[in-house]
Amino acid sequence: MSFVKQAPVLLVIIPLLSALLVNILGLVNRRYCLPVAILGILGSFAASVVTLIRVIENGAISYRLGGWPPPFGIEYVIDHLNGLVLVTVSFVSLLAVIFSKESVKQEVPEKIPQFYTLFILLVTGLLGMTVTGDAFNLYVLLEISALTGYALIAMGDNRALVASFNYVILGTIGASFYLLGVGHLYIMTGSLNMADLLTILPGLYSLNAVFIALLLILVGIWIKMAFFPLHGWLPNAYTYAPSAAGCLVAPLVTKVSVYIMIRIMLSVFSPLYVYSIIGLSETIVWMSVIAIISGSILALAQTDFKKMLTYLIVAEVGYMVGGAWLASAAGLTGAILHIVNDALMTLCLFLFAGIVIYKKGGHQLQDLAGLYKKMPVTMAAFTVGALSMIGVPPTAGFFSKWYLILGAIDAGKYHFMAALLVSSLINAILFFKVIEIAYFEPKVDHHGGETEKVIIDEAPLTMLVPLIIVALSLIVIGLYSGDIITNIIQHSVPAGLL
Amino acid sequence: MQSIISSYNYWIYILLMMIGLYAMLAKNNLVKKVIGMSIFQTAIIVFYVSTGAKEHATIPIIAHGHGAVEAAVDVAHYANPLPHVLMLTAIVVSVGTLGVALAICLGIHRRYNSLEEDEIQEQL
Repeated sequence: MSFVKQAPVLLVIIPLLSALLVNILGLVNRRYCLPVAILGILGSFAASVVTLIRVIENGAISYRLGGWPPPFGIEYVIDHLNGLVLVTVSFVSLLAVIFSKESVKQEVPEKIPQFYTLFILLVTGLLGMTVTGDAFNLYVLLEISALTGYALIAMGDNRALVASFNYVILGTIGASFYLLGVGHLYIMTGSLNMADLLTILPGLYSLNAVFIALLLILVGIWIKMAFFPLHGWLPNAYTYAPSAAGCLVAPLVTKVSVYIMIRIMLSVFSPLYVYSIIGLSETIVWMSVIAIISGSILALAQTDFKKMLTYLIVAEVGYMVGGAWLASAAGLTGAILHIVNDALMTLCLFLFAGIVIYKKGGHQLQDLAGLYKKMPVTMAAFTVGALSMIGVPPTAGFFSKWYLILGAIDAGKYHFMAALLVSSLINAILFFKVIEIAYFEPKVDHHGGETEKVIIDEAPLTMLVPLIIVALSLIVIGLYSGDIITNIIQHSVPAGLL
Repeated sequence: MQSIISSYNYWIYILLMMIGLYAMLAKNNLVKKVIGMSIFQTAIIVFYVSTGAKEHATIPIIAHGHGAVEAAVDVAHYANPLPHVLMLTAIVVSVGTLGVALAICLGIHRRYNSLEEDEIQEQL
């Protein structure tokens, strides 16, 4: 089957070409835009599922672009780790693009072709970042996804332009730091291929330049993933983005950056170097403790529902960075599982926020009042997302948090465990506050529950169905998380770790 | 002192980078921030290009036909072309970033009628 063989490259090429097609067809008739966008993303979803199945059956795949052998040509490498991330990215963007139909019509009616072109290009960039095995190629795709992200966010309401401008400035600093780090590695080794770097670098571990290269790359990626002291651009940018764009950007961009951090740690540098030789684990775990606590507390202080969610993303990034740096197998497993779970949970909550914006026109906490009666299905799905965010079994959020806590105990980093528990507690307070607001009517002046007519007023199906699917998938992934770990994640955790 | 002179290209790129970083973080005018961003990216291009440069280097082209090993250029004599080629891509990326940043500045100016950060903050 040639589709199966070519799937690693098709999953990037199909959306890339459909972005072009959307742009051209948009000139003819803007009704063509959405179907082409959905088909493009569906194509890459199929290709990533096929690729993941092939990886599970036969092990890692190396795809040579243009047939050039690896150290000279660009290579796409798909192993268990990025196979899983690929499926997550394409699944989330598929749901987000279906959701966008009504929301885009309401929020950016005059820019539909441009919106979908940027939307698919962003997906292309994220998939490319995930699939590539070349450090410089990764930079280019990082900038493709960042540039389209800036433009998508700038399409939002009044304050989006200023938020997007700050994102441009900080995002460029981040990408430039990454590029600088790759430059240091290139000077030291003469190679840009990740597998090649992994074999050359051990002889150079004692050099300062290699250490500086790692630091530059880490700081660059931390800016991109909004790791706590570097998170300044995120809350405003994600809050004021158009809600359909927010549904794509918020779940995926930070998670793909976390994936890249793990990829750089394990496949460019080795676990031996990042965990033992340089001795940064302790510091970075403390930094992520601070990130988790401050993100949660800042979320508690918000009256704007969407902004509250953005601060929760900052806290969740702390979970994953901390888990990856615990230097324990369970912690790394938890961090990888949390990439999948957090992408779905964030998608669930942002889809919900998008529906509220569509129906109520605002995203303050007060706009949620009385929604349980008016939109029972939407609120049920939101409740699943909220429970997963808190970490209630059997939702997916519980299992990754469980592994993170196990990892913290294995590594003896009890402050990280305490931070996870405090953050779960704060999440519980937050979401029960939201549920309370949504459960009761704004003004209850008489008991007339029976006589008062309750009008069920759900969102259109194109918005509701993605929300229901993602809520169900949170439960399904929770129930099957054992299988995901034994069949997929286990293979991407290096054997030397405890 | 000797180490500064022998690796002056690195000192120049660090100086340029700091100028750019200063402009990005400290300037009040949005266009000046964008100019700072451009200087910052150019600094990295200078860094890459200077690593591939070499005194009295030739171009990496095999002079006389295929298969003639003795006619091929010696590795020690030519300038490494790869960093330069990489920077062609990086220049394209930085032009793209500049375009997006200026477009956003244009939008901000249309809406707030100002490009000074403090004046925009007052209107928010």
